[in-house]
Amino acid sequence: MAIAKTTSKSKYFLYHIIVGGFAILLLYPVVWLIFSSFKESADIFVTAETLIPNPFTFENYPQGWEGFGGYTFATFIKNTMIFVALMLVGHLVSCSLIAFGFARLKFFGRGFWFTIMLVTLMLPFEVVMIPQYIIFAKLGWLNSLKPLVVPGFFGHPFFIFLLVQFIRTIPRELDEAATIDGANTFKIYYKIILPLITPALATTAIFTFYWTWDNLLGPVLYLNSPSKYTVSMALNMFLSNETVSNYGAMFAMSVVTLIPVFVLFFFFQRYVVEGISTSGLKG
Amino acid sequence: MSTQVGETQLGSPLNQKPTRKLSAKVRNNLWGYFFIGPFIIGFLSFTMIPIIASLYFAFTSYDLFSPPRWIGLENFQKMFTDDPRYLQSLKVTFIYVFGGVPLRLGFALAVAMLLNTASRAVGLYRTMYYLPSLIGGSVAVAIMWRNIFGDEGIVNLGLTFLGLDAVRWFGDPTAALWMLIFLSVWQFGSSMLIFLAGLKSIPQSYYEAASVDGATFFQKFYMITIPMLSPVMLFNMIMQTIAAFMTFVPAFIISKGTGDPLDGTLLYSLYLFKQGIEYFNMGYASAMAWVMLLIIAILTAIIFATARYWVHYESEGGR
Repeated sequence: MAIAKTTSKSKYFLYHIIVGGFAILLLYPVVWLIFSSFKESADIFVTAETLIPNPFTFENYPQGWEGFGGYTFATFIKNTMIFVALMLVGHLVSCSLIAFGFARLKFFGRGFWFTIMLVTLMLPFEVVMIPQYIIFAKLGWLNSLKPLVVPGFFGHPFFIFLLVQFIRTIPRELDEAATIDGANTFKIYYKIILPLITPALATTAIFTFYWTWDNLLGPVLYLNSPSKYTVSMALNMFLSNETVSNYGAMFAMSVVTLIPVFVLFFFFQRYVVEGISTSGLKG
Repeated sequence: MSTQVGETQLGSPLNQKPTRKLSAKVRNNLWGYFFIGPFIIGFLSFTMIPIIASLYFAFTSYDLFSPPRWIGLENFQKMFTDDPRYLQSLKVTFIYVFGGVPLRLGFALAVAMLLNTASRAVGLYRTMYYLPSLIGGSVAVAIMWRNIFGDEGIVNLGLTFLGLDAVRWFGDPTAALWMLIFLSVWQFGSSMLIFLAGLKSIPQSYYEAASVDGATFFQKFYMITIPMLSPVMLFNMIMQTIAAFMTFVPAFIISKGTGDPLDGTLLYSLYLFKQGIEYFNMGYASAMAWVMLLIIAILTAIIFATARYWVHYESEGGR
């Protein structure tokens, strides 16, 4: 009995040492990045093996914040926030409308369009990248947010699919009861379905935020002037202008761009985890 | 039927004044197309028209400024006979996909199985393992990765600590490519969450019954876990393969947009981007995009074709 107890206890310890230790090993680079952002630039690689900055300096942050081309990170963050806000409105409105249509309404060609949507889910962006660029160039939309946000107002297959799945779990009796009470289709969408799908809308919002915040290819394609840069684009410029020793500032701004991602995750973890496990959203 | 479609495409519910005269069927169609209308418009303008345009451009020489010039199959010919960089990008991408995806899924499954216990710490571990996936797409992480693999970075410090030789990750094309593969494997967290959800849905009674019959851990793994998880695995495999084929950001940032060293990190998307946007070879880039689409379609078809030999569906009604 006593022996059995110790083996199960040591098994327990072994489990936590392996699983916990491996987790710490995986996250160590991120921890190293954060701590290094408080080291003096010249020290970062000289003292790469120690984590605690000595001397501790906060200087990298104001230095990095200055940005370049006369624009500070305040501008880049503001630009990104506008980008994110427009994408949020676009995705939430369009995806919920479309998902309601697919999940609840019977109309000619529904199966066909639903299949089309599932196919576009797997279509690589690169295939449409070049012609889209040509079209937006001809429209005179280059160096503006338009090519990045306008498509967002016409739905996104991942989120449509997620919302369709969610709406299908809502009992149809609710719709029928409302119809008997004289509600038309739009009212059913607006008054009944919309309030009930807020968890799925939250997942949509969070992932829209993440993808927009991290989006680099879009801004690289369409934004040329520093006054319009998003944070990801600004960070990328940091790297291109990488002067021999300004690692500190670059690390500091990298940390700054990660903060909103972490904070959002901390508060809405449940939606993120559920979104991925139920629909396979890539996070 | 066909007149109905015509009407529905024209109509939004706003111009359906004589509502009472419309049959229920027509009304349903109007509402349906009102709701999914945004998708159809978006699909036509941002996907369908670009795809058709891209197919046309693939057979032209086009620099955006002068009109496209029809050159037949020349772009495709050049790719496979006269462009070593193209073949290099193809090779690098295949190594990246077939090296990275199995490793990533393997890690995801192993860790998911470790976390599929009742321990109270599991929530915390799950979060910790998921974090790299969460932040993995960002520029910040690519910058971090570039720096931990530097000559004096912590990866080399770790290697020397273990008594191994330091690697010049940016000096050797193969090492540089593996650096990118490690970055994708590091982000196994989202696949792990999907596997974890799949594992949770396997009835415990199956394992209990197997234990009663004296099955070993590996027998249970092969006879219960793998078959029960196979639909999830199929889904993961397809999505990850497509995503891996399209990888752009890490290669772009880590090589500073060059694909260096010696085109060792010149992933397909990066080369396509360079041809199209940097060198303005829009026709050539479109042709590349179509070859990529074809390769992905073939790979997906192969995975689906093999699926009936290894994917197990619990109910007959499964997909």
